[in-house]
Amino acid sequence: MSDPGSMASGAAGSAEGPGDAARAPEQALFPPAFSVSEIKNKQRRHFMFLRWKQQQRKEKLANKKKRRKEREALGDKAPPKPVPKTIENQRVYDETTVDPNDEEVAFDESTDEFAPYFNRQTIPKILITTSDRPRGRTVRFCEQLSTIIPNSHVYYRRGLALKRIIPQCISRDFTDLIVINEDRKIPNGLVLSHLPDGPTAHFRMSSVRLRKEIKRKGKEPTKHQPEVILNNFTTRLGHSVGRMFASLFPHDPQFIGRQVATFHNQRDYIFFRFHRYIFRSEKKVGIQELGPRFTLKLRSLQKGTFDSKFGEYEWIHKHREMDTSRRKFHL
Amino acid sequence: MASSARWNHVWVGSETGILKGVNLRRRQATNYVAASALRRDEGVCAMCWGDPSESEILIGCLDGSVKLFSTEKGKFTESRQCLGGEGSFCGLAVHDSSIITCVESGLLKVWRDASSENMETQVGAGVCCMRQNPAQPQCVGTGGKENALKVWDLHRPEEPIFRAKNVQNDWLNLRVPVWERDLQFLPGSEKIVTCTGHHQVRLYDPSSPQRRPVLEATYGEYPLTALSLTPGADSVVVGSSHGDMAVIDLRQGRLVKCLKGFAGSVRSVQCHLTLPLVASCGLDRFLRVHNIEDKRLVHKVYLKSRLNCLLLTSCEKWEDEDPEPTAPQADVKEEEDELWDGMETVATRTVLKRTVDPNVREIQLGKHPKKQKRMSPGP
Repeated sequence: MSDPGSMASGAAGSAEGPGDAARAPEQALFPPAFSVSEIKNKQRRHFMFLRWKQQQRKEKLANKKKRRKEREALGDKAPPKPVPKTIENQRVYDETTVDPNDEEVAFDESTDEFAPYFNRQTIPKILITTSDRPRGRTVRFCEQLSTIIPNSHVYYRRGLALKRIIPQCISRDFTDLIVINEDRKIPNGLVLSHLPDGPTAHFRMSSVRLRKEIKRKGKEPTKHQPEVILNNFTTRLGHSVGRMFASLFPHDPQFIGRQVATFHNQRDYIFFRFHRYIFRSEKKVGIQELGPRFTLKLRSLQKGTFDSKFGEYEWIHKHREMDTSRRKFHL
Repeated sequence: MASSARWNHVWVGSETGILKGVNLRRRQATNYVAASALRRDEGVCAMCWGDPSESEILIGCLDGSVKLFSTEKGKFTESRQCLGGEGSFCGLAVHDSSIITCVESGLLKVWRDASSENMETQVGAGVCCMRQNPAQPQCVGTGGKENALKVWDLHRPEEPIFRAKNVQNDWLNLRVPVWERDLQFLPGSEKIVTCTGHHQVRLYDPSSPQRRPVLEATYGEYPLTALSLTPGADSVVVGSSHGDMAVIDLRQGRLVKCLKGFAGSVRSVQCHLTLPLVASCGLDRFLRVHNIEDKRLVHKVYLKSRLNCLLLTSCEKWEDEDPEPTAPQADVKEEEDELWDGMETVATRTVLKRTVDPNVREIQLGKHPKKQKRMSPGP
């Protein structure tokens, strides 16, 4: 058959190509170098590409082995292993990073809207609601959230305007309002408003997993007050958001309950997890994940209670201006 | 140092009560605090120059006191209690060694030093701004939420000289709400430019027979919170609560260009008197200076508290100023020079280093060259 034959000869012919290219430097770059992408036949081109890839892999392995041998040969005198570059390593230094010794920022934080909570003058009381007419998944998510956050109440929205709900909440001593926005039967947004006159944060919520979807989960969360862990909120904006999350939970955790809520910030995404831990020995901990998990991304932080039209914004995420660098983060 | 207070180019007042002087040439910010203990109810809500030579600043605080800061001495010299009405100051002005204050509840008061025969008028509730006409210092304009623009003559405080009328009902025959957030008097004529919380920029002319605005332009969808006139007085720079800043032409009422970079609400904008520079500060704790002509961000300074108001000095020769540090360090340098002169010279590559204060960083101007991915040679 002509085709396999021609393919074999084509392969043979093109196998001589690299060989030709190897001999070419002696002949002063004539004929011109041969590239796989110039083969018009897709099968042959794919075959040549696979061969090239295998060759690259072999070379890489050989280099690795060589380097490991050199390292072992040097023994103690070997230079330290080079640290691989990650996006977190290469993060552009943010000038708003809070210095722990800074007095001005410390004063600012000690007198901001969360000061009554941190001075233990108020006890958090949370109202959880959704957008209008929520579907089952969102309803179950709200119920599970209310088991996690102590002193929280879930109310059905009934199409009421948030600007009218807020004065009523304030008069009934609520300190925070959480609104879970739903789109196409899944929750996708979170508005967290600190009530007396505090900032309102608007998040995009993704990867929501209810309790039954979590593998290897523990039993129901108990009524004990959990501890709160806030990871990696380094900038000034991060501090404000971190304090907002901290003010949702009561200030005194009950360590008997061994429950912990974690807000972990990495690359501007905030991961929420709820665990129960047990110390098996001095250094070994066992953890069980309870409760729902979700991921948040901050869209805007507005000064004052919820007023998206006429309120003043402290920070807005502007995609085309702020997302230009992959190594710059704001939280 | 106190004596270097005069070298500060921009004065910014923050919500925590700190007055910050920023030197853009040396990229330094210094804090001047009235008392050693900071108090949140001394937050700055209004600032103005005390005299035309810009050697004194009047600062209005949330608790109703007006402080005088001297730029020559670098400290607060006196403080007056200007209580009256409710709410914070929304405007401060100086006329004939007396202070004119306006409070949010509508009380416009002229305080003379004798603390007697203070003249006051009620301007209407919900005032957002009060400005003095630089050409006629006895005229002030006020405006606010559901409080139309009024121009008052302080010698005849019973009736405003000019009271603006609302525009006609819109296309649904509904009354257009009024919310004047900021206003400026145009030099050379009696015209007044205002920006509203309903994203409109309006131009009023008291000398024309119509009391309605002569020109109206809309920009964006968010309330416009600050306004300033450009040097040529034919366009204005407005800032909104969403962090959008734009230059709007007053003759045609159209948008000329937008200035980018803000992440939070703009609280105060001021243009330089002669140079094409505009300084702006806002809730995201940054002070930015843009060049109006080519929309470039010239300086960006992180000041750690939310900023409420700013004043720009009319000093012209910024670039000519010496970036070198001051005299005591020059002595140290001379000693070092003698030391180095005594040693042999070795041919080395000179590396230029910029002295940058760790608190303040200037952003790198110009685009970064795109980093090419290192590609191994293809098949």
